[in-house]
Amino acid sequence: MTIKQISIFVENKPGRLSDVTAVLKNGGINIRAITTADSSDFGILRLIVDDTDKAIECLKTADYLVKVTNVIAVTADDKPGGMASIMKTLYKANISVEYMYSAFLNPSEVTACLILRVDSNENAIEALTDAGYKLLSADELAKF
Amino acid sequence: MAEKIYWDKDIETMEHDKMVALQSERLVKQVRHVWDNVPYYRRLMEEKGVTPDDIKGVEDLHKLPFISKADLRENYPDGMLAVPKSECVRIQSTSGTTGKRVVAFYTQNDVDMWENCVARAITAAGGTKDDVLQVAYGYGLFTGGAGIHGGSHKVGCLTLPMSSGNTERQIQFMQDLGSTILCCTPSYAAYIGETVKEMGISPDELKLKAGIFGAEPWTEEMRQEIEKSLGLKAYDIYGLTETSGPGVAFECEEQTGMHINEDNFIAEIIDPDTGEVLPEGSKGELVFTSITKEAFPLLRYRTRDICILTRGKCSCGRTLVKMCKPMGRSDDMLIIKGVNVFPSQIETVLLKDFNATPNYQIVVDRVGNVDTFEIKVELSDEMFGDTIKSVSELEKKLSADIVQILGIRAKISLAEPKSIPRSEGKAVRVIDKRKLV
Repeated sequence: MTIKQISIFVENKPGRLSDVTAVLKNGGINIRAITTADSSDFGILRLIVDDTDKAIECLKTADYLVKVTNVIAVTADDKPGGMASIMKTLYKANISVEYMYSAFLNPSEVTACLILRVDSNENAIEALTDAGYKLLSADELAKF
Repeated sequence: MAEKIYWDKDIETMEHDKMVALQSERLVKQVRHVWDNVPYYRRLMEEKGVTPDDIKGVEDLHKLPFISKADLRENYPDGMLAVPKSECVRIQSTSGTTGKRVVAFYTQNDVDMWENCVARAITAAGGTKDDVLQVAYGYGLFTGGAGIHGGSHKVGCLTLPMSSGNTERQIQFMQDLGSTILCCTPSYAAYIGETVKEMGISPDELKLKAGIFGAEPWTEEMRQEIEKSLGLKAYDIYGLTETSGPGVAFECEEQTGMHINEDNFIAEIIDPDTGEVLPEGSKGELVFTSITKEAFPLLRYRTRDICILTRGKCSCGRTLVKMCKPMGRSDDMLIIKGVNVFPSQIETVLLKDFNATPNYQIVVDRVGNVDTFEIKVELSDEMFGDTIKSVSELEKKLSADIVQILGIRAKISLAEPKSIPRSEGKAVRVIDKRKLV
């Protein structure tokens, strides 16, 4: 139960984020989760969208450097301790988290959605499912 | 008027006809020496249908084949050596990639000849044994430090072997030991000048009277800046490792060109495309024939430097032919931070690191008086990993490999695909924003 994440290489220059998001807008792409990782010279924009294939096509046509990575979307109780228990589960199962961020939340829900990039998707899925957590599929996340 | 001082008065003021006769005598002997001892060049001569008997004097020089850097690379390290190694006492080498380095060999006579040429340059700049000469060129394989050091010894100056760098110490010694002559690259001289100012020292407090600067191109503006900031008269000097090192040509007090030591090096100007020898006063590629060197004698070596030669009366009294400051190159070589850089070397590194040559561009500029060197590389699919770490590691690897191959550091800027402008014809690989000529 993994989800496709798009990573885009972006130079550290004014207007780059504006340009990228305009491309997605023109393609009618809806972003479900987003984060940036930055160094002094460049950044990597990571996002999860409702139509991954279409987004990749739009971005590549506009000459962006794009990479696809498989990540996991897990829901957590939207209350204190919600995230802590997930992290504990992963730790006990010896799973390393490379990075994580949250997805756009539906305010009427009382659950939050965490996007995780781990060292082993297979092991993480097993550990989280065994512990009773709900993982979201791409479709579910698109409608979240 | 003070009597003019020359290091080798007879040579430096020799009547032209006598000089030609001397050159001819030496050339004939040298051609025989090379024919007998350098099989590679002998083959080049045979291919051109020329033998030593065809060379009776300077007027026959044009019959001989050229030697270019490519020939030297092919013969790395000692394929052009003309004497047994046991007779050699020194090597010097150019900067550049391994395998592309030029190794110059010297017998004791070669070292003496070279240092003598430098002594002429120091004397032309007003240097005598009463001077304190600070050598701030790099010491080691580079001919700058070694050459000036030796020449300074010959003149009898108190020689300070500072090498380059450690600017505060340079200035400290300059003040404490009362340096009167400074020798280094022009950009380093400018940097020292700035540092002196920053330290609140007035040029009047220094005892400097002259500077001899070379190893990279520099403009009149730079000269004036250096003269003002250090309170000295700045002289130009020229040379190549292939012809010994600095001292092949030097400026006198008139400063209307550099006098070539033509008793040791015959200079020609050729059309870089046809190889035709051009008349005096024409602009073209400078070619040198070393007529006294024993270990590593190159005949008709193409320097790739573009300039003009002029004869005529110089107020300094010297009759040696003058060359103007080099006006450019006939190849794509750059000099960045005093180091020779060929764009193809960058390509070699890219190919090694990425198994491909992504689109790249070199951007060179000058900030203050220091060269800046940036290499923009377009990232490709294969090069882009998902994490900052993987991309940063790529940057670091490229940076380290560049330092290893070129000897100088470049700022690596990873760029988005298609962000480097394309051109219709040949790719514009180099943007040089410095105004050097």
